[in-house]
Amino acid sequence: MNESRTIEVLLFAGASEAADGADRVIVQSHDHITASELMKQLADQHAALAPLARRSRLAIDQRYVSSDHVIPSGAEVALIPPVSGG
Amino acid sequence: MPAQSTTDEDFDSVHVCLTDEPLEPMVAATSSEEPLLAHPDAGAMLWFHGVTRRKTVQGDRVTVTKELSYTAHREMAVKQLRELAHNAVQEFTLHRVVILHRMGVVPIGQASVIVGCSSSHRVASLNAVATIMDRLKKDVPIWKQERFESGDRQWIHPSPTTDDPTTH
Repeated sequence: MNESRTIEVLLFAGASEAADGADRVIVQSHDHITASELMKQLADQHAALAPLARRSRLAIDQRYVSSDHVIPSGAEVALIPPVSGG
Repeated sequence: MPAQSTTDEDFDSVHVCLTDEPLEPMVAATSSEEPLLAHPDAGAMLWFHGVTRRKTVQGDRVTVTKELSYTAHREMAVKQLRELAHNAVQEFTLHRVVILHRMGVVPIGQASVIVGCSSSHRVASLNAVATIMDRLKKDVPIWKQERFESGDRQWIHPSPTTDDPTTH
């Protein structure tokens, strides 16, 4: 059985703005959660982030990951909205 | 907030930096004394400056920008830029690659990004700079906020289906 767990997700740019300027949010989750599951829970628990989250990628320990990637315990998790550098 | 720079100089062939300082003096200073792109076998050195544009025309709509402000996931961005630069060295057979990106407010006419390449022949550097800019705009976690003359502000999060990255 999966244990419950909280995951801190770093926010940037428009995602941070949508969260009233917060640079991170907490997502109530469980062990062995995948990137796509976490994105869904993030959108469910933080509705203001949902529109942008649907267009965002997830980075784990500063690497983009695929949707089936399992989030390791203690990893840095970042929501990366569509980028616009340059 | 104090100025910050995050620099990677692990390898002589690649120089990557995110900084709150203006980029142009950094390039000018190094160009005279210890050129970042210099290599005895280089036959071409190319610098690209991406600068803040005042007016953007999209169809009938014209917006007037006052300034841009940039933010980033700095550690990840530096890692990605370093990887991007090293891949370009291999892919285009370059001697040197420099990628500098400014953070914070960038006024009209000043550079937000500077990319430099040197190679034995010009085509490699010309192609490499275009490719580096395309990849930077697609993958590196840096974001710009448009600050308009009207006082409005807007984070730019391009849609892959409706926005052409070559026009940004």
